[in-house]
Amino acid sequence: MVMTLEPPKYIFDPANLTPNDYKSGVPPVWCPGCGDYGVLASFLKAISELRIPREQLAIVSGIGCSSRFPAFVEAYGFHGTHGRALPIAAGIKMARPDLIVVTMGGDGDAFSIGMGHIPHAIRRNMDITYIVMDNEIYGLTKGQPSPTSPIGILQKASPYGTVERPLNPLQLALGCGATWVARGFSSKPKELGELIKAAIQHKGFSLLQVLSPCVTFYDTYDHFKSITKFLPAEHNPRDRTSALKYALDEQTLYMGVFYQEESEAFDAGYAAMRARVTTPNYGVREIMNKYMR
Amino acid sequence: MPSNTLTVRVGGDSAAGGIITTGEVFARIAAFAGLEVYTTRTIPAEIKGGHVMFQVRIAPTEVWSQGDELDMLVAFDQQSIERYLALVRPGGILVYNSNDGNPPTTGDIVPYGLPLNDLAKSINFQRGRNIITIGALVKLFDLPCEGATVVIERQFGRKKELLEQNLLALRTGYDYVEQNISATAPYQLKPRQGAQKEERLVLSGNQSLSMGAIAAGCRFFAGYPITPASDIMEFLAAELPRVGGTMIQAEDEIAALAMVLGASYGGLRAMTATSGPGLALMQELIGHAAMTELPAVIVDVQRAGPSTGMPTKVTQGDLRMSVFGTNDDAPHIVLAPVSVEDNFYQIIHAFNLAEKYQVPVIFLSDQDMSVRMQTVPAFDLTRVKLEPRLLWDPESGEKFARYKDTPSGVSPMSLPGMKGGQYVAEGLEHNAEGEPNYDLHWRTTNMEKRARKVRLAQQEIESLQLYERLGDDRADIGILGWGSTIGQVMEAVERAHADGIKVAVLYPKMLYPLPRALIEEFIAKRKAIIVPELNYAGQLARMIQAEFWREVISLRKFHGTPFKTREVYAEIKRVNELLKPAPKRAAKKATAKKVTARKKPAPKRKARR
Repeated sequence: MVMTLEPPKYIFDPANLTPNDYKSGVPPVWCPGCGDYGVLASFLKAISELRIPREQLAIVSGIGCSSRFPAFVEAYGFHGTHGRALPIAAGIKMARPDLIVVTMGGDGDAFSIGMGHIPHAIRRNMDITYIVMDNEIYGLTKGQPSPTSPIGILQKASPYGTVERPLNPLQLALGCGATWVARGFSSKPKELGELIKAAIQHKGFSLLQVLSPCVTFYDTYDHFKSITKFLPAEHNPRDRTSALKYALDEQTLYMGVFYQEESEAFDAGYAAMRARVTTPNYGVREIMNKYMR
Repeated sequence: MPSNTLTVRVGGDSAAGGIITTGEVFARIAAFAGLEVYTTRTIPAEIKGGHVMFQVRIAPTEVWSQGDELDMLVAFDQQSIERYLALVRPGGILVYNSNDGNPPTTGDIVPYGLPLNDLAKSINFQRGRNIITIGALVKLFDLPCEGATVVIERQFGRKKELLEQNLLALRTGYDYVEQNISATAPYQLKPRQGAQKEERLVLSGNQSLSMGAIAAGCRFFAGYPITPASDIMEFLAAELPRVGGTMIQAEDEIAALAMVLGASYGGLRAMTATSGPGLALMQELIGHAAMTELPAVIVDVQRAGPSTGMPTKVTQGDLRMSVFGTNDDAPHIVLAPVSVEDNFYQIIHAFNLAEKYQVPVIFLSDQDMSVRMQTVPAFDLTRVKLEPRLLWDPESGEKFARYKDTPSGVSPMSLPGMKGGQYVAEGLEHNAEGEPNYDLHWRTTNMEKRARKVRLAQQEIESLQLYERLGDDRADIGILGWGSTIGQVMEAVERAHADGIKVAVLYPKMLYPLPRALIEEFIAKRKAIIVPELNYAGQLARMIQAEFWREVISLRKFHGTPFKTREVYAEIKRVNELLKPAPKRAAKKATAKKVTARKKPAPKRKARR
């Protein structure tokens, strides 16, 4: 038995594993043809190439089809409650800055019930990666419109078509001052893998929206294929205005890194503050002495 | 009740400023002199403006409650005279601002006028009225002026000029009383022999709790501002980083608990603190912590509700939400401290139980004991024992299964970073490995495993002394209470004992699961059981009746203020009359019937079972 006041800090010893070595053995529950399979494959390849030891990786999720992700990866996982993946991940990262923390979820989990946490994750800029698998629909509850569903979509809970306009997650993230914003597509696995690697390597909060169609309730494969395009070479990802311009384009869904900047991560900033104020041999006795009559 | 106690209330408009400070500084001066103090206050919910009062009760020995009547009222304005004069005991003193208020012409009250505006003007210090008043009080209570100077220096020592002005104001008030009102003090309280040498703290319940959390090894706190729990977050924001920990102000209460669960998963002892509305938001995650078997401490400093209710007023109304709040059966523990001092020791138990049994622990403090400042003996740090979390040993060679069924229900846990210890903290029903699984076998095994842990935790009631047992154990009348009402109850019981009425008192500090053997044994010995609590429905009373099939007398108050000693005492007297042998009068009988009819579980149900 070990006293857990100070959890162990492990030294990052690069792993040498194939993508298959990161499979947990639990078979995914997704429908055949689900975009999430592509995301899983790209993710396993990315962490294998980054040589992340399985025990150094924590995958956090909320509720939804894509939030079943942690079960399928041989890593530490946290299958939380609906919409709360980000604050759970924040707690893990602050307790254990030695870990690689990746948060997973769908558009309902992220942009509806969990939306309140996104601007704060962005403003804290903790070193966490957020991969949102966006299928523009609620799949696990069998077909209701989501915040990213297009206007007029016919679903069980919108039998006459939705009236709400869809949300643009990249515009939101850029507007909140996110330090790393990108979009990928589950049908472009090679590029998606590169985006996942870049997201994990970014020191700070990274938001990666992945278009990942739902074959059962809202099949958007053809639609996505017809309107997606990689960001042009002249786009400078350090230029937030340019990033916003491409993010606002509704005719073309651009893929690639829209924006990136180096800015101090919360965990690093807090650690620096802590180092500044910590005094050796300071404890309860010293605190208590301040309250002596 | 110690007969030589004095109770002073300071009242005024908060827009004028300094009412609370005046009371606090005076309380500190008394504490510095070696006396015991117990304060209470009302604050309007408004930031500026509105009426405030600060009350301090002073005695040479430990003070149990705020005091029912005033020995002295210090009224900064006419409104304070009108509001509080009725509370002053016959022969008591009214100190009023003779530049801004008129004393009553009738009544058995001694008025002392202080021309506060004139005195402040005479020393050219308009804002000095508070300290002038303190100087006057120091003289009226015959407290040492040197001690007062030290306290003022501590309070205002940073700015030399301001300090000098304040010391002059102190002297001005003191001298005015000596020269114009009374050369000999009307009140004299002498500290106990050697009291000044004893280590005494002056602090609030929230401060006591926060200090206890650090002693308990808490190294992560996330919270969201809410009255009256914010002090805990502020305390830990200052102290946690200094001991290597982390405090995050979250975006809401749900995020706060989510962060706590994440930190606990990472291996830290973690806590959040909120009040009723925040606890309501946290319920889903409390169920999640029960399901994933993650240790966490959730403090609820109860305030009057429902909804926003009366944020600066006390209640004990969150008991049922704490016990029954989650969806489906989510075994967890609910603890309640009984006093400012007790907050320190009980929060340590909360952490130890959470870690040992891998469960969320809800800790029910309340507004009254959280904000009131009081003298308490310095905490005995040798009593602090930390119970470690049961960890999996990666060297054991055994294959790790996070939710492995064990006789105690507690499974060894791995921490991220341990090779081979990978698992998912799974909110879905799961198998031993933590993989989603709804098979009847796993459902049954895990529901029983999770409940078993908490049943086992119930047995810690003796080893951890999770109760107070006071009064006379042979008594027919029992008081079974919880939380901060113990002070007024104990005073009332002492009064009753002086009248020859015996009362036994039991305060369990573990309210869920209810300690079966302890309560059963206590109630079996009584003819009548009074359950006093600060809520409308009689929440503990109903739980006791449901669990133990025993009728109790529910004494309730829900106005947002603590019990008065005399209210509890009156109930003891009434119940004592009811228990007297019958052949008295028909009128008495009628009352008796009414009381018992108030809460009677259908007697037939028992037979059916």
